Amino acid sequence: MSAEKAFIPPDRQRPTEAPPAARAVSLRTRSPVTEAVWVRALLISVGLAFVVVFLLLPLVFVFVQAFKLGFGEYLAQLSEPYAQSAIRLTLLVTAIAVPANLIFGIAAAWAIAKYEFKGKAFLITLIDLPFSVSPVIAGLVYVLLFGAQGYFGPWLAANDIQIIFAVPGIVLATIFVTFPFVARELIPLMQEQGTGDEEAALSLGASGFRTFLFVTLPNVKWALLYGVLLCNARAMGEFGAVSVLSGRIQGFTNTMPLQIEAASKEFSRTAEVAAFSLASLLALLALVTLALKTFLEWRYADRLSSAGQSH
Amino acid sequence: MTIRRPANGREFLAGAAAAIGVIIIVVAITMSGRSVALLNVSYDPTRELFEEYNQAFAAYWREATGQAVSIRQSHGGSGAQARAVVDGLEADIVTLALEVDVNLLAEAGLMDANWRDLLPNRSAPYTSTIVFVVRAGNPKNIRDWDDLVRDDVAVVTPNPKTSGGARWNFLAAWAYAESRSGGDEAVTLDFVRRLYANVAVLDTGARGSTQTFAQRGTGDVLIAWENEAHLTVGEFGAGAFEIVMPSQSILAEPPVAVVTRYADARSTATVAEAYVEYLYSAVGQRIAAAHFFRPSDPDLVDPEALAAFPAIQMTTIDHFGGWAEAQPRFFGDGAIFDQIYLPAP
Repeated sequence: MSAEKAFIPPDRQRPTEAPPAARAVSLRTRSPVTEAVWVRALLISVGLAFVVVFLLLPLVFVFVQAFKLGFGEYLAQLSEPYAQSAIRLTLLVTAIAVPANLIFGIAAAWAIAKYEFKGKAFLITLIDLPFSVSPVIAGLVYVLLFGAQGYFGPWLAANDIQIIFAVPGIVLATIFVTFPFVARELIPLMQEQGTGDEEAALSLGASGFRTFLFVTLPNVKWALLYGVLLCNARAMGEFGAVSVLSGRIQGFTNTMPLQIEAASKEFSRTAEVAAFSLASLLALLALVTLALKTFLEWRYADRLSSAGQSH
Repeated sequence: MTIRRPANGREFLAGAAAAIGVIIIVVAITMSGRSVALLNVSYDPTRELFEEYNQAFAAYWREATGQAVSIRQSHGGSGAQARAVVDGLEADIVTLALEVDVNLLAEAGLMDANWRDLLPNRSAPYTSTIVFVVRAGNPKNIRDWDDLVRDDVAVVTPNPKTSGGARWNFLAAWAYAESRSGGDEAVTLDFVRRLYANVAVLDTGARGSTQTFAQRGTGDVLIAWENEAHLTVGEFGAGAFEIVMPSQSILAEPPVAVVTRYADARSTATVAEAYVEYLYSAVGQRIAAAHFFRPSDPDLVDPEALAAFPAIQMTTIDHFGGWAEAQPRFFGDGAIFDQIYLPAP
């Protein structure tokens, strides 16, 4: 009993001390589920101020800086050879990393949600690993594995295969950090859906692959798209892991985030515009992703949360 | 309840893994077959210098041999760049900030240990020194190192634990205090301690310090590389900043070297050697001077361009027994810098 009493919040412990008249007034003027007007105003303005100062202002600043010297200079900086190659490289890396994780993500989610096997919990933990490991560590691990001093270094060198400080390393690092996005989006949904639909399809004579293509996949398509969008945004923006093993060769292994950093270190007004014009492209991409995501949520909210059950 | 044998899930995983493997190998092969070009791995402050030099060298090489050469550049912190080359970033040439960084490559067997003797002026085609940048009109009247320990002066310099450039700043201050005190170590230590007590922001790198001072408006004086100081004044206009030459400073000799093992493997040794040698030519020296690095052979450069480099008394790293001795004595864990620099509570 005494333990229970200790959990009562201090302000509720002595209700009798408040004057009965005051309590009656407060009860009459506001409903028990809402706060006083000034409390609401304060909370809303604090929340709003936070969003404006920490999210909106920096975003606006990116665009202000990018267009500081006019739209012509903005375009000129974006069409610089180094900027162009950074954009191309980022697109190439994303074009490899996102489909790779799409396949991995579907396979992993499928295995986890639809089958029982030993080590399942371990596999789920493993999929989450990139979320908990710092990207810099991820990059360093690849350097230790594939670097000239690393385990596979001598063999790779002997066979003239360049992995780190080249595109394959950047792709590997990007796949690593974006690994969980698709799988994490699919697993809860597929688990919730269970295997009922598939069993029905199979009992009607559909092949395994046909079942996957026409039953499993349509059930999760919106969650899948959602996962791919998140994966894509992160793949394009990844800095930490990529910076460790890119080698920073201008025009060859600098991705957009790396080129932004390089330009921001350069010491001129045009370099600043160069940095922010690339940053604005990334920001624009993030905004488009966000808009798509919001649209998906708004349009297909029911199917995103429990797509399979409506069948 | 399972729909099919669990093995199917695993087969799918294996298939997916194989597909990714194929993609990676294909990309690796495409990359390894890329056209041969020189890669110059350098440090941050030389970015603008080599942008110009690369074009000059490519023109010279085409004229001399008829061969087209394209030069790729990589810039970053000097120590990190050296590390990347050791880890397999296949640089034909390194142009780094410190001798120790190139020694790291020699220790890894990427070049001969005597690399410093292969080129003139101990493999340093240009040198630099440490100067002060103050705000326009020099409102705090900063003339020499003594003014940096005054109570009313806030200093901006990077952290010697993380920045190569900052070590030169530290040693320049130390050398000044040492010669003023007649070699009394206790007095020298106290002087440097007071100087670092005045440091307002200790950035991790030289470029960061410059941006803190010039763009954020922090501090009264920036201790900087001479070329960085000129860049600052040039970018923001002489109306915003002034350069102050202290009475005494330190001579920094950023080394260049051919990474023979990678260059030999890539059959680029000849052009790589020409690349570093051309830095000593009149053209190379002129470009270095234009980017405010002191040419190692001033006779090759117009006297006008040399006006930016007033002669001042300079200590060299040899005064401290070379980097091999100076590094552990001043910047090792628990060494002199750790003893004097205590972050404000």
